[in-house]
Amino acid sequence: MQSFVDYLKFNAVQWTITFVFMVLLFSFMVFAPHTFLHSRIYIAYLSTIPFAGMIAIAMTLVVISGEIDLSFPSVMAASGFTFAKAYAFTSSPELGLVAALATGALAGVVNGVLVVGFKVPSIIATIGTQFFWRGLTVLLAGGLALNMAEIRETAFHHLMVGRWFDWLPAQAVWFALLTALFWLLLNRHVLGDHLRFCGDNSSAAQMMGIPVARTRISVFVIMGMVTGLSGAMVCMEMASWWPTQGEGYMLLVFAAVFVGGTSVFGGQGTIYGTLVGAIIIGMIEAGIISSGLSGLWTRMVYGIVIIVSVSAHAFLTKYSKK
Amino acid sequence: MSKPLIELSGITKSYGPVSALKGVDLTLYENEIIGLIGDNGAGKSTLIKILAGVERFDSGRMTYLGQDIEPKKYSVSTARRMGIETVFQDKSLGESQSIWRNFFMGRHLHNRLGFIRVAHEKKEAMRVLTDIIGLRGVGVSANAPVSVLSGGERQGLAIGRAMYFDARVVIMDEPTTALAVKEVEKVLGFARNLKVQGKSAIFVSHNLYHVYDVADRFLFFQHGKIRSELRKEEATPKILIDTLMKCS
Ligand SMILES: Nc1ncnc2c1ncn2[C@@H]1O[C@H](COP(=O)(O)OP(=O)(O)OP(=O)(O)O)[C@@H](O)[C@H]1O
Ligand SMILES: [Mg+2]
Repeated sequence: MQSFVDYLKFNAVQWTITFVFMVLLFSFMVFAPHTFLHSRIYIAYLSTIPFAGMIAIAMTLVVISGEIDLSFPSVMAASGFTFAKAYAFTSSPELGLVAALATGALAGVVNGVLVVGFKVPSIIATIGTQFFWRGLTVLLAGGLALNMAEIRETAFHHLMVGRWFDWLPAQAVWFALLTALFWLLLNRHVLGDHLRFCGDNSSAAQMMGIPVARTRISVFVIMGMVTGLSGAMVCMEMASWWPTQGEGYMLLVFAAVFVGGTSVFGGQGTIYGTLVGAIIIGMIEAGIISSGLSGLWTRMVYGIVIIVSVSAHAFLTKYSKK
Repeated sequence: MSKPLIELSGITKSYGPVSALKGVDLTLYENEIIGLIGDNGAGKSTLIKILAGVERFDSGRMTYLGQDIEPKKYSVSTARRMGIETVFQDKSLGESQSIWRNFFMGRHLHNRLGFIRVAHEKKEAMRVLTDIIGLRGVGVSANAPVSVLSGGERQGLAIGRAMYFDARVVIMDEPTTALAVKEVEKVLGFARNLKVQGKSAIFVSHNLYHVYDVADRFLFFQHGKIRSELRKEEATPKILIDTLMKCS
């Protein structure tokens, strides 16, 4: 009972974000009943939200640990590229995925070494690596897109991004699994606990024997690998790779994380918040258009939703700190 | 006299141009409480960080139960494994993390895969904090963030987590600073209790009455060295004050 009371009291941020989500969903149902009272739109969301959603979940861990990763759009392109190349050489999408994950992990190690080893603040280091990975990829690809239409015929394609039972987008299932896994990691695993303290008070973490350097590098590697996974899945979904892949994701991912209530100062944030944040950010565009407003409204509505949520979070955090 | 637990000889430590310790000799015996007294900046916290494995000494010799300790291999976790627990002067809590997470910070009880035994930890943390430390505040619940606690409650949490792991040596750096009278009494109670339980302790404080109350032996620190030493039998609070005046 006590813990239930605690639960209500210490999760104000989650209640807020849930409320924002309900208001938005309800308004779409009222203004676009033809769309939002049928399952089609929700199935469409299940196919589009997971790609940025997975990255946002990983980014949540990065931000909680007091760091930030601005390089992921380029890492996505780089790992998408290695996916496409590995698939072209071996005709095996499985090997392609391994290559993409390895690329992501490598990018994570590079970020981690710059931040932990050379003590470059992550916001600066990852601007550098963002240019580097995009530049390297474009150079290697000669600026050209890669087509892989045949990948749609493979069983692995069906497993990763196919429509299970002829309706369920596989990526939604993977996204759900990844979200559950990361919830466990953050809330039940020692690594999650370590990264909370690294973000909250890194000198205390050091004094209490938390392996601060190792934890921070791990977080970047995890971030890189999830980015690689998402990059490979986008390639499969689209059956192609293109040099600007990932560029549209920057704002979506950070909007999802911060709308979800994760603190930019580190130490605080939830997987649930980011999940709802990703859904909110992912459903606005279609919602606006099917409500009969023109697409010109989209950006402004994004802006309003983001401003309202982050202000509510800021107010609540200040309030609860007495 | 009982046998020596920790022996330091000629320990030095510099931070760049600042030499914080200039050759410290100190022996802590079994079931003994040492009081460290000295001015601001004398080097007390630096010495404690070295004992705790947070900082590495530059030169000198440190032994634990007669075994030489190599500074390179000595870390917070080795210190803890040997039974040396420290309550630091600087805030060593994660403000927005829950009480139970802070209690087990850096050494959770977990299974082989690294998953924390959350329910068990919450129960243990609350048992120690309410039954042993005696925290009664309304804000004290396992899931509450540390930011809701008072200064004394925070100190109680830091001491409670040091006691939980059954230390052989407990080091306390100014544990009574900024506490109300009743809370001070509790902290001094813990320190005296350590003695009853057969443990050793190092107690640092600027309040000479507190030090006099708990310690068996008093060491006076000045400019990175120990300048003088008194045993409880030959001291009174007045003598401690006079000695401190001479050493600063
Ligand atoms: N991380 C550091 N970097 C540089 N100098 C330091 C550092 N830590 C301590 N010092 C210096 O070392 C000296 C000893 O400091 P220390 O904290 O050990 O003193 P103290 O006896 O604990 O003082 P107080 O009673 O104020 O806590 C001081 O001159 C201090 O400025
Ligand atoms: Mg000090």
